[in-house]
Amino acid sequence: MYEFDWSSIPGALPFLWSGMMLTLKITVVAVSVGIIWGTLLALMRMSGIKPLSLFAASYVNLFRSIPLVLVLLWFFLLVPSLLSNFFNIPRSSDTRLVSAMVAFALFEAAFYAEIIRSGIRSIPKSQVAASLALGMTYAQAMRLVILPQAFRNMVPLLLTQGIILFQDTSLVYVSALADFFGTAYKVGDRDGRLVELLLFSGAVYFIICFSASLLVKHFQKKRVS
Amino acid sequence: MISIRNVSKHYGQFQVLTDCSTEIKKGEVIVICGPSGSGKSTLIKCVNGLEPFQQGEIIVKDISVGDPKTNLSKLRAHVGMVFQNFELFPHMSIIDNLCIAQTQVLGRSREEAVTRGLKLLERVGLSIQADKFPGQLSGGQQQRVAIARALAMDPICMLFDEPTSALDPEMVNEVLDVMIGLAQEGMTMMVVTHEMGFARKVANRVIFMDQGRIIEDAPKEDFFSTPRSERAQQFLSKILQH
Repeated sequence: MYEFDWSSIPGALPFLWSGMMLTLKITVVAVSVGIIWGTLLALMRMSGIKPLSLFAASYVNLFRSIPLVLVLLWFFLLVPSLLSNFFNIPRSSDTRLVSAMVAFALFEAAFYAEIIRSGIRSIPKSQVAASLALGMTYAQAMRLVILPQAFRNMVPLLLTQGIILFQDTSLVYVSALADFFGTAYKVGDRDGRLVELLLFSGAVYFIICFSASLLVKHFQKKRVS
Repeated sequence: MISIRNVSKHYGQFQVLTDCSTEIKKGEVIVICGPSGSGKSTLIKCVNGLEPFQQGEIIVKDISVGDPKTNLSKLRAHVGMVFQNFELFPHMSIIDNLCIAQTQVLGRSREEAVTRGLKLLERVGLSIQADKFPGQLSGGQQQRVAIARALAMDPICMLFDEPTSALDPEMVNEVLDVMIGLAQEGMTMMVVTHEMGFARKVANRVIFMDQGRIIEDAPKEDFFSTPRSERAQQFLSKILQH
């Protein structure tokens, strides 16, 4: 019978904490950049300008058809050599965090683009007509009238996607980055207490994600009433 | 003020407007009526370029609407339009609905825009609603706000696209009263409506459309007493029966 021994966790808390900070950093950057880039992609796709919409559609379909781990690995391997080629940064410098952020942001943008596109489509076209009739340009109509309404409707979906992303950041273990999960794994490996550490980190992920999704639901209810 | 010359429009094979021509002088009030699908809303939306057309031309105060070189936004800023479903911006308060285009399109300061907005809200009898949101207002109130929003841009003419069709019957008059007031002040207006009471009261001319054509374009007295076309007679007898 396996005997649990949790004693290595208290001492590891500072490491785990800084790991969690890294996880949150990646999540926040990926969500913010992903939403901005995703909005641009959605607008391109709906623009009616053939090359732009073709580019956006291919981008979205490409990233949605490739496993995230693969994208991450590409970036871990590609970004350092690209950086060293273009900016003369020594190959040995640690670009793992930057590549992780870039990879997540680009990947998530494809998903955000689809959420945002459906959000924009949920706003009646007549609202654009009304904005144009007041003398606004198409860009003003989008920025002042359509997008604010669309984002309002999309908040729950965007947050839910953010929660998924928060879990997916654990995939950076492929580059041995010390995020929360990576740190937990390392500590468990070092102390021979892998089971405890993995259970512990699972519990932490669960508590954070579950409370976050409860919060989203709460907001959703508040909006409806 | 507005000349519509031989305008035709089609969606693919489907002809929506055929050779429509009319002239609207400054201060004139024109009522456009006709059965649904007759192209009356499309025609009015061609006037501010919301709907493109393939043939003919529309001139609004010396500016050709169909000319690709025309800055449509600039033109639309001075051509007010009121829609069937109000189209207020639901995420903005009433006063912000009135200010947004004033500040963003005309470049007025916020104070100037608010002052102008409040004045117009007072005019349509809704100044106490300034800080509410569109969803909190009745349909009639929303449409009055929409009229005020268009007036805030100091339009040279106003287009109304079935402004009372989406309203409960008891709210129709509060909107029509505002429009009658405008007409009496000399605003140039093109009004798509079935409210023949409104037409009798303030219209100078009535245009009757059917199947994308202007069938009848006559001074209101002539239109109501002796409509020339059989189609207009039938239409009138149907809507005046009640």
